[in-house]
Amino acid sequence: MIIGLSHYLVVAAILFTIGVFGIFINRKNVIIILMCIELILLAVNINFVAFSTHMGDIAGQVFAMFILTIAAAEAAIGLAILVVYFRNRGNIAVEDIDLMKG
Amino acid sequence: MYEFDFGQLSFLIGEIVLAITVGELLLIGVFARKHGASIVRYMSIAVLLIFAFSGFVFNDPGTAFDGAFISDAFSHYVKALIGLSAAAALWFSRDWFKQEGLDQYEYSILMIFAVLGMGIMVSSGNLLTMYIGLEMQALALYVMAAFNRDSLRASEAGLKYFVLGALSSGMLLYGMSLIYGFTGTLSFTEIGAVIGGGDNMSAGIIAGLVFMLAGMAFKISAAPFHMWTPDVYEGAPTPVTGFFAAAPKLAALALITRLITGPFGEMQHSWQQVIIVLAVMSMVVGAFGALTQTNIKRLLAYSSIANMGYALVALAAGGAAGVTGMLIFMSVYLVTIVGVFAAILQMRTREGALEGIADLGGLSKSNLPLSLILTILMFSLAGIPFFVGFFGKWSALAPAFDAGLIWLVVIALLSSVVGAFYYLRVVKVIWFDDQAHEFVKPVRSLAVLSSFAAILLFPVLWLPFVSAPALALIETAAASLF
Repeated sequence: MIIGLSHYLVVAAILFTIGVFGIFINRKNVIIILMCIELILLAVNINFVAFSTHMGDIAGQVFAMFILTIAAAEAAIGLAILVVYFRNRGNIAVEDIDLMKG
Repeated sequence: MYEFDFGQLSFLIGEIVLAITVGELLLIGVFARKHGASIVRYMSIAVLLIFAFSGFVFNDPGTAFDGAFISDAFSHYVKALIGLSAAAALWFSRDWFKQEGLDQYEYSILMIFAVLGMGIMVSSGNLLTMYIGLEMQALALYVMAAFNRDSLRASEAGLKYFVLGALSSGMLLYGMSLIYGFTGTLSFTEIGAVIGGGDNMSAGIIAGLVFMLAGMAFKISAAPFHMWTPDVYEGAPTPVTGFFAAAPKLAALALITRLITGPFGEMQHSWQQVIIVLAVMSMVVGAFGALTQTNIKRLLAYSSIANMGYALVALAAGGAAGVTGMLIFMSVYLVTIVGVFAAILQMRTREGALEGIADLGGLSKSNLPLSLILTILMFSLAGIPFFVGFFGKWSALAPAFDAGLIWLVVIALLSSVVGAFYYLRVVKVIWFDDQAHEFVKPVRSLAVLSSFAAILLFPVLWLPFVSAPALALIETAAASLF
């Protein structure tokens, strides 16, 4: 079997879906949500690199490098906000993030 | 081979000024110990004003970096509004942060970074520039939402905003990757050329477009992607909420406009359906969600969801008329919302800031000027005729009516009738309820800003003199996209 473009796209689509569902279904821990966000961004990276090599166009790989950089900045800011939240609340369970509703 | 020419840097002079001064201001903030926050704030306001007018002063349309950065009349106009509303938001944040003991120079720095990101967003001519601008703005906004770091509500707001914002960026990016894969390019003009007359549309391009619009709908808090808005508006410090309600919304709407007029201009049948669904849901959710609210910031959150619905109605009409309608509506909305937040920042007793609607009870007996200002602002938001808000709504709905989307206009009118109920409820509480609190005397900046907005919205005084040049400016801006 030859691994072609469509195989990469399917893997990326599955990873993306797992990431999105992970954010909505997970009721336990905010850290898992951060992991799901990384999963979504990496799924997009697979897409970009697969398309880029398939078409022989370098722009997609450049885009993937930018996404990696921004994902790092985003994880840093997300963890910082999470630490601030933990100091105020005392835990990071998702079902306890319910101070404001309605 | 692409050759770099330093002359093209003049197209992004406003962004360069912001980027250089933000570094300088960071140094000033670190070394000027005692009055650091004040110095940095005033210099930031000055540089934001320079940014706002830079587009008009160096008015030269063109593109830089091989088409990745577009400078045209549309971006100049939108950047002027963004710079002015950010400067106003920075000005009215001063006393609130002082009174809460949060007066730190980092706030001004974050504000400039956010505006820099918005400038890049509005001028983007390429998927990569668009993503970088969007993230630059979003990362600064996440931190601003959680700026009051000792408050549980603010940190919860920051966390919610971060998680849903990151999810929306992920969806936007997935859409971008599909667009890139199925058109083979990142540049807006080349994507437009590949799509051509709409004959080359594959399912991949349509899926990519829908993912991108869904990601952008998160940023403008259009329903069904609105769930973060009320919580973030309520939890974030009030001046931050005032900023969130104005500039980022306009920047994201401008980006949507650029997408649906530029690269996807030939796919009107595809995006029009998505925009109409978003508009209808936003108007309905905004109108009915606000009915039961008791917190004025939550009320304004639902009000902003509904208002984004009206702006999307104008965009759904398509063409230069739709963009003109959207720009007029958003200009009026920005003035109103800055005035409303300058007014509700004045809701403060000796014990601290208040944000319940009931706390406004009997305001007319203790503070007549503030009651008049709030009444004018609420009338204008509700779209009562002969306040400028009425003309704003009129210009948002008229292009849709002309384009034959009559049932959409009917839904907009019905939801604006429901919306009028909750705006008028605030007015009723102010004038007819028993007195709840005696507010402390407001600081000058808030009084000036809120009364200035109220005067602007009371059109009999000035409208005949400025409406023609203002409309000409907006029409030039809209025409530059086509």
